[in-house]
Amino acid sequence: MAERRVLWLALALLALCAAFLAWQLRAPMGFILGLRAAKLGALVCVGAATGAATILFQTVASNRLLTPGLVGFDALFILLQTLLVLALGGVGLAQLPASLRFGMEVIALAAASTALFGLLLRRDARDVTRMILTGIILGVMLRGLAEMVQRLMDPSDFAVVQQAMFASFGRVEPQQLAVSAVVLLAALAAALRMAPALDVAALGRSTARGLGLDHDRLVLVTLLLMAAMVSVSTALVGPITFLGLLTASLARQLTGSHRHAILLPAAAMIGALILVAGQFVFERLMGSQSALAVIVELFGGLLFLALVLKRRRR
Amino acid sequence: MRRWLFPLAALAGLIALSLSLGAASFGEDAGWLLMVSRLPRTAAALLAGAGLALAGVVVQQVVQNRLVEPSLTGAPEAAMLGLLAVTLLAPGLAVAGKMLIAAGCALAGMAGYLALAARLPREDPMLLPIVGMVYGGILGAIGVWAAWSADLMQYLGAWRLGEFSGVMQGRYEWLWAIAALAGLLYVIADRITILGLGEAQARSLGLDYAQTRALGLVVVSVITALVLVTVGAFPFVGLVAPNLVARWRGDNLRANLPLIALGGGALLLAADVIGRLIRYPFEIPAATVIAVFGAGVFLWLLHAAPGRRHG
Repeated sequence: MAERRVLWLALALLALCAAFLAWQLRAPMGFILGLRAAKLGALVCVGAATGAATILFQTVASNRLLTPGLVGFDALFILLQTLLVLALGGVGLAQLPASLRFGMEVIALAAASTALFGLLLRRDARDVTRMILTGIILGVMLRGLAEMVQRLMDPSDFAVVQQAMFASFGRVEPQQLAVSAVVLLAALAAALRMAPALDVAALGRSTARGLGLDHDRLVLVTLLLMAAMVSVSTALVGPITFLGLLTASLARQLTGSHRHAILLPAAAMIGALILVAGQFVFERLMGSQSALAVIVELFGGLLFLALVLKRRRR
Repeated sequence: MRRWLFPLAALAGLIALSLSLGAASFGEDAGWLLMVSRLPRTAAALLAGAGLALAGVVVQQVVQNRLVEPSLTGAPEAAMLGLLAVTLLAPGLAVAGKMLIAAGCALAGMAGYLALAARLPREDPMLLPIVGMVYGGILGAIGVWAAWSADLMQYLGAWRLGEFSGVMQGRYEWLWAIAALAGLLYVIADRITILGLGEAQARSLGLDYAQTRALGLVVVSVITALVLVTVGAFPFVGLVAPNLVARWRGDNLRANLPLIALGGGALLLAADVIGRLIRYPFEIPAATVIAVFGAGVFLWLLHAAPGRRHG
């Protein structure tokens, strides 16, 4: 049943991608197709990464209201990115090969986030709202710190950071996209292989430990995977706070499943669907460029409020 | 009285530092420089900080939650929406009219937040700031969308990140209205304190709850609008100053109000001075400095044990 719905999702995504590529295609076809394919690739990668990362995070934190973006995960990425430029200089960083740079970023992010959020998850796992609030405020702080460091930089170095942060859907470098796609696919595959263990982890730490799961190790590995996914999406387009929340809720509603083997691909595909469909509507039908992220934030925020209010009634 | 000595000396030092700091050096026209640029900037930071701190106290009493402050109620974002509407529909409106509309929108935004807050469970006090932040984010997203479609992003940028580099004689005088509002708050301080006991208690003590609450919220929205229009939005000032004073001196609002106002002013002035010092002669916006520092204090408040309560 749920498997079939995942299949339908895949078909819908394929159809939408085809429409995105072929809509009002005029000469020079090859050139336009190339541009559109790069954009489509970025949208799919970011949507899939955000969706899957959110499911992972919600499982580890045992909380359906959380997304990595909401607790400052992407702010951490931006800060690290900034510090990296500050340490190496814009030119030095530009000379690094893309894959090496990406690897360094993911490792740094994974280390920092594991230290930070691992501590958070362990200490405050039961006090869920305090944990969310801590994460949000931490996010504000990290963003402020990143901004401060950016103000201290040379203008040329700052330009490098800015490009890394806001490489919008319109201007994706094929090389960066290729590296991101490879990293993302690897992370997704690893997460899918862990799906049964994640199902157990979703029962809560003590239950999972009772069933013989090495919970702490699983959390560590999951945080690493999340770090890889979040860095993919943030490196490509910058932060979209509520996309993950929207995607994960839709995935749970639509599949009605608790199995991660179903949830992870479903969330990844729904994330891609939302972004591709949104971009299609805004860019092709309404002729406006940058509204997509804002609209996603708007509906995601409304959904968050609805979930909070609904939680009370139960 | 000796307890006051150190804070006042620190404040005086801060003011002296702020007056002596800037890209231009004092020459023969030192008096002119002081009057036109340095004094207005220092006064603006003090007034805005004091106003935000006082607004923070009032909001905290109204929602009975110490982790809330004006910028976590959607008020600044709502005021920004109002300003955007004015810029689009009636760009020639006088500053007073803009202030009024911004204040009205801030009030409406806060009313929306209070309606939301009333539906949240009381047992979980940390939900209130979370919901406030998300609610403000939604209003902010609408604002960004509207500004983007109307090509007004630069306007929005100026309001979103508060700083004092543009403050000069003739550009900040509206902030002095905060001093008058502070006087008004001092007069009704006891009633505001009773608000913090909750509706049932306040009524049984003979307070006109709805009226006092409305008065308090109007003061908060006017302060928010004044600060937003003249220097921009600042996070956390309304949270940090009242909480630190309450931890130090307890909860006697009438006695604490002057301290809270001074504390908020000193906080924002310090943030501005630090922002000017870190990479002299360039500047970092005071809002950025206060975001980092204020977030640190917030985290500490969130995780530290509750402070001692004085009578």
